[in-house]
This record gives sequence, C-alpha cells and structure tokens, in this order.
Amino acid sequence: MNKHVAPQLNRRAFVIGSAALGAGLALGFDLPFGGPRVVRAADGSPEVNAWVVVRPDDTVVIRVARSEMGQGTLTGLAQLVAEELECNWSKVTTEFPSPGQNVARKRVWGDYSTGGSRGIRTSQEYVRKGGATARMMLIQAAANEWKVPVAECTAANSIITHKPSGRTTTYGKVAEAAAKLQPPTDVKLKDPKDWKLIGKAVKRLDTADKTTGALVYSIDLKLPGMLNAAIKDCPVTGGKLKSYDEAKIANMKGVQKVVRVGDSAVAVVADTWWHAKTALDALPIVWDEGENANVSSASIAKWLAEGLESGPAYVGNQSGDINAALAGAVKKVEAVYNYPYQNHATLEPLNATALYTADKCEVWCGTQNGEAALAAVLEGSGLPAEKCDVHKHLVGGGFGRRGQTDYVRQAVDIAKQMPGTPIKLLWSREEDMTHGRYHPITQCKLTAGLDADNNLTALHMRISGQSILFSLRPEALVNGKDPATFAGLNPSGEAAIGYSIPNVLIEHSMRNPHIIPGFWRGVNVNHNAIYLECFMDELAHAVNEDPLAFRRKLMAQHPKHLAVLDAVAEKIGWEQPAPQGVFRGIAQFASYGSYVAGAAEISVVDGKNIKVHRVVAAIDPGYAVNPAQIERQTAGSFVYGLSALVYGGCTVKHGRIEQTNFDTYNSMRIGEMPKVEAIVMPSGGFWGGVGEPTIGVAAPAVLNAYFAATGKRLRSVPLRDQNITFA
Amino acid sequence: MANLNINGKTFTIDVEPDTPLLWAIRENVGLTGTKYGCGIAQCGACTVHIDGVATRSCGVAVSEAEGKLITTIEGLANDGTLNKVQQAWIDNDVPQCGYCQSGMIMAVAALLKDNPKPTDQDINDNITNICRCGTFQQVREAIHAIANA
Repeated sequence: MNKHVAPQLNRRAFVIGSAALGAGLALGFDLPFGGPRVVRAADGSPEVNAWVVVRPDDTVVIRVARSEMGQGTLTGLAQLVAEELECNWSKVTTEFPSPGQNVARKRVWGDYSTGGSRGIRTSQEYVRKGGATARMMLIQAAANEWKVPVAECTAANSIITHKPSGRTTTYGKVAEAAAKLQPPTDVKLKDPKDWKLIGKAVKRLDTADKTTGALVYSIDLKLPGMLNAAIKDCPVTGGKLKSYDEAKIANMKGVQKVVRVGDSAVAVVADTWWHAKTALDALPIVWDEGENANVSSASIAKWLAEGLESGPAYVGNQSGDINAALAGAVKKVEAVYNYPYQNHATLEPLNATALYTADKCEVWCGTQNGEAALAAVLEGSGLPAEKCDVHKHLVGGGFGRRGQTDYVRQAVDIAKQMPGTPIKLLWSREEDMTHGRYHPITQCKLTAGLDADNNLTALHMRISGQSILFSLRPEALVNGKDPATFAGLNPSGEAAIGYSIPNVLIEHSMRNPHIIPGFWRGVNVNHNAIYLECFMDELAHAVNEDPLAFRRKLMAQHPKHLAVLDAVAEKIGWEQPAPQGVFRGIAQFASYGSYVAGAAEISVVDGKNIKVHRVVAAIDPGYAVNPAQIERQTAGSFVYGLSALVYGGCTVKHGRIEQTNFDTYNSMRIGEMPKVEAIVMPSGGFWGGVGEPTIGVAAPAVLNAYFAATGKRLRSVPLRDQNITFA
Repeated sequence: MANLNINGKTFTIDVEPDTPLLWAIRENVGLTGTKYGCGIAQCGACTVHIDGVATRSCGVAVSEAEGKLITTIEGLANDGTLNKVQQAWIDNDVPQCGYCQSGMIMAVAALLKDNPKPTDQDINDNITNICRCGTFQQVREAIHAIANA
C-alpha cells in the first residue's frame, strides 16, 4: 500500500530521528523498493507511532511498556494515550512491546521499570504525547486525502470529520497513510479541564480472561518440548551448595537432569514440575551454610538496638537545635518501635521459562522490570542484546518482588545447561517464602520535647536497620546514605513530613544483616509511617489532646497533608462519638508524590483481638487517572498492610527464614477485612503515585485505634508475636 | 494410569495415584486455569468442584478423585455462556492481578449453588481464599449483586 503515497524527502531523517531503524529485528519493515517505511505490528497493521497501532477495523492497539500486576497501570496508561488520541475507547486493546524490541529501537518506549508507584506518573507526559502525535498524523492523513486544510478537520471517537463539508473517515482507513507522515514536532497536550477519559472510572481492559482461566500467566506457559525445573537455593543466604547425591534420585519418574545453579542452588529438571519437585525433595543435599548460620532474629535485634543509641548515623532531616530543644523541654516523651522482615508472597510463585541455544536466548516471565530481566538474560546467557529477549506476561502479583531478577537468572542458568530445551523454572511456595527480598528490618527510637503550652518543639527519630539500596542499588547511595530510608520524613519533596516542628533530627544508623532486603509495597513508608504516626498519637495522649487536633496544630504549613486528614476525619465522624465499644485511630502520611490519610474503627475482642469495623482512607494523587482503580489500590493496600501488621513478620533462626508457607505467614481473608471507604480527592497540578502511598496509614490507623480501645500501646510488629490476632 | 472426569470429559492420564489433583489437572490434563498458590490447601487458588463441592485440589490425590465429577474454571461456562459468577466478576471489575480469581470464582459458585442469597456472615464463613491484591470488597459486592439480580 505504501507505493500509493508519494515519498517525502525528509522521511529518512524521521526514521533515524525516531529511532525506528532497529525495529526490523522484531517487527519487520514494509520496504517497497526504497519507498517510505512503515513499521508494522505482527499482524501487519501499521504503527502510527511507537505507542499506537491502528488496524483497518479501527481497533487501536496501545503499547504499554510498564508491567501490569493487578495495579491497573495497563488500563491507566491506555487511558492517557487514548485521551489525546481521541480514539474509540471500546475498540482499544493493548500489548507489551518486548524489552528486546525496546533496546533495538533505542528505548523508544522509555523505562520499563514498574515500581515506586511510578508506572503512570513518570511516563504520563510522553505517552500522552504519543497519543497526541498519532492523532495529529491521522488527521493530517485525512486532510491530505481530501486535499483540505488540516485546521478544518477534527477527530473524535476514531472518526475524523472535515467540518465544512461534513465528510468523515475513520482512523482505520487513514492509518496506512498516517504512518508514512513525518510526526509533528509542536505537540500540545490537552488542558486537564478538557479531559474526557482521564479521570473516568472506566473498567479495566484485562479482566475477561482472568475469570475463565484463559489468561496465560507465565506459570501456565506451554512450549513444545518444554521441561520443568524445581529449585532449592541454600537455606542460609550467603551459603553455598557443597554437594548432592544425584544417584539417589536418578531413577525417579520423569527426572531428566540434576543441575547446579550458580554456586548456591541445585535444580531438578523433569517432565512435569510435580516430578521435579518430588525428586528434589528426595535429593540428599549438603550445604556449606557459612557464618550467616549463626544469625538469629535475636542477634539482629540486639545489633539494631545498639544502633539506636550510638555509632554513626546518616542525617535525613535536620533543623534547629535538637539537643538544646530537648534539654529545654517541659515534657519529654520517648518510645522505641520496631518493624520486621516481610515476604511479598505473590500468589503466583516466582517462575520463568528460558530457551537457550548457541545464538539465541529467550525468557518468558512475569516481571516488574522487563529491561532488568533482559539484562539478567544477557548476563546468564553471555549473548549480546540482539540475541536475547524477554516476553512479558501479566503478573500474578508483584508488590516489588518481581522487580528483582534472581529467578530469571536461575532459569537461564538451567536452560544454558540444556541447550535447545525450553525450561520452566517454578519456585515452590516454600522456596518463595524462604528466599524472598524482604521488607527491611528496622527499629526506631523517638524522643519528643513539648513546651508548657503542649506545643511539640522537638522531634528526634533515630532509625536503626537495613538499607535496601545498600544491597540492591548501591549506586543510588549518596555518600553512603540511603535517601530512601527517610521516605515520608523528608523536609521537602515528594515524600515530605507533614508537620512543622522547630527542632528536628531524623537519622539512620545503617545496619545490614545478611537477609537480602527488597522493595516491598510501600517500602520504607511502612515502618516510617508507623513510627511517626503512632508516636504522634502518643504525644497527643501525653498532653491529653485529641489526636486529630494535636496533629492539626502542626499542619498549617502543609495544606495537602491536612486536606486528606480532614477528609477522613469528617467521613469517619471523628467529632461524633463512635458506636458503643468501637474505637478510632487516625493517621496521615505523604509518599510517592501523593498525600494520604486513614482512619479505622475497631473493637477489641477477648481483651486483645482486633475486629476492624470500618476503614476510611483518602488519597490526593494530584491527578486521578482512573478513580475506580485508585479505590481498588487503596482497599488492596489495606489488606496487604494489615496482613503484614497482624499475621506477617519473617523471623530468622540459624541464619534462615523460619516461615515457609501461608500456614506460618498468613494473609487476611474476606471475613477479616471491612470495606475500605476510599476518598479519591485529586487536587490537580501534580502526578502522584497510587499503588503504594495508602499502605502507610493502614497499620498506624489500626494501632492508634487499639490504643484508644485498650490504653495499651503496641510498638512491635507483627501483632501475632504478642498473641494478638484478628477477631 | 488414572481416569479423571473433568468438565464432562474423561481423561486417561499416566500419573502416580498419589499425585495431587492440582498437578494432574495442570500438567497431565493441561488445564492451567486452576492455580498453584501454596500446595497445602491454605490459599484456595486451586479450588475446583468435586461432585459439586468446592475443594482445594492441591490436597486431593488423583486416586481420591477418580470416579468423581470434577469441574475446573474452564468448565464453569456453559456452551460459551459465562457462569453468572464470571459475568458478575466482569461487571464489577473484581480482579486485580487475577491469579487467585479462578479459585475465588469456583468457591463463590459453589456457595451460591447451595445458598443463593448469602449474608455477609455466610460469605465470611465460606469464602476463605487468599487474595494478596485485596479484592475482597469487590468480591463481596459482586456476590451480593448476583444474589440480588
């Protein structure tokens, strides 16, 4: 079809400029005798640009670079593109361009990393521009065909109209021609007040196959000749695989091969995973556990406690003179809190399928970071980027765990030992529970000074414990300091403390046990919000003030923090008495560019167990792309956060994680969780994250309510260790 | 060898009798809608119907399932028409990651068969599947929507 369109002189410049040349590797080019090039999707439909493919039947395929793990980003990103594209939403579908394609096309789709609640907020501008650019090209193509000025044409719902004549055509009809045009350089995005699709609670695009069993998660993948692998890594992190007695299982049914994986793991490859796992469980293995086998939760706790009192510490927030202010305080309050390791426990256990040959290595997996997964394939296979690729599946739960690529690398390491055979590596739940990338463990000592009028004049927080960046991204440390450890406690920025206190010192004594930490939904917010917001509650009670009123006095300079706090207070009826036997707690925090608050109503049963009756949560993410999905993320974050508060906590004995499955690391059930009454209150003007911020206020709201109910302050997580559970 | 009646069809599979039904369904029969989550009957991701009863298939040996009528998520729709639970899940936008939802839907379908208008307490008592994304309030709303339809 290209030959019907006159070549444009500057076509080559466009192709190079848009970095589309390399696409031939994966997408194929239409090259009619040196004429204009059109990049085509697998089905032959033309790309209008990298973000938008339009099929002849007007179906619009929107490319999504970020991963979808349930958080709704896929739908939200498609809304952003479609808003500017002015396409028919009912004919929108999506696809993931592979990380290999992204590399081949000079990262035309930008960053694939899907963590830190960044999926939408850090790609919103360029994906909207992608949609707007495509719209302009489609309209231009129609104007060219009609030989009319483009200014006389408009587009809506995938239909282009020439206003003076009333003539119309559709995107599908002009997509071929549009794909050959030079993209405009002056692309204006809509004023937010003109948005029709952004801000609308449209349904997710990826639901139907999740209800029929048809959706192929990577655990469900079937490839011709595929074998299955089960793996055991050394139970003590840092330990090594010494030896194993392959002969003992060589004759077990289905077993094909036993392989070393790296220097610390062994895998059994069999016809089925059940055979692989059964044989692996029967395999005699000798580990060299190393010195970490001496570490226990008690030894870690002791080491962290020492960090609360002395030794060097990194400063995250400092103002005034904390020592003088505390010395001069009329009243001092002090408390020590702690937060444990937590496992992500994604319901789809970690898995990846790898196929290695001498000149190609492909991996199929759920990942939160397609490009990091690709890097793991490169490292493992030893092959260059153009010979590697990763095929991303919808993810059966991520929560941060699948931003790491240890399981991808293992799959490649196994596949490399069996060239030509696709190997699906699946971790057992037990392997998943004991080889996580755990929420970091910390303790915190808080000291506050109040003056004669009960004003908070000094706050000293000394956090002692683990840094995630130290282990996973040391290049992100700043002169040794892990800035992320101060999430929500910073003096300014996207995760700033919401209180004005004249004298502040917030510092971190970094202590890194051998257990590998990870980014666990909310990350450092989980403990920081408990520490600060429960302690604020303690201070209010110490001076006999209402916890809401005490906070409000300190928040005049923080109107966005205050607005969400006031919203939950009003909705839960803070100024009115709670029902008989029901008690309230409240908390607010800011992180990932959003402002959140939560309030809970609980009763305490049998003198100790928690019945949560109501939860109200508010979030101001600036712009709310899909309020229905934000409500779901808010509710879900409470389930995840309160599960961790009550049932969670991973303990260490003889250097290994003790919890092995959901019987010892439980998760809330439907009967334990009330409806979360979410208040989505976008104030506009900024783009905040959604997946993580609200988890921060879940635990402190409930803990503060527990104090209101019992007069007992719970400063240690998880509650099950104090024989407290959900009623 | 074992004969399993799944979704109205008989499958003869080469499998040891103590193999968990979950793995026979997924690997020997090839129906992957039934999910592995824990292997110890805690999470419910592997829930199927055995003679109409919601059952966690990871805890049932193939030998115990022979001669019984097994329904998996793939067999819940009737001649291409979605079961009302599946339809309600779509209408109420229930799933997030969706991985638990095969089991959740099977558990709810069994509950509604026995108890077409469950109370909140009935739901609490009978639906005990783990959902790490935390879709519980959409699950509850969808169940009530079906009951009130």
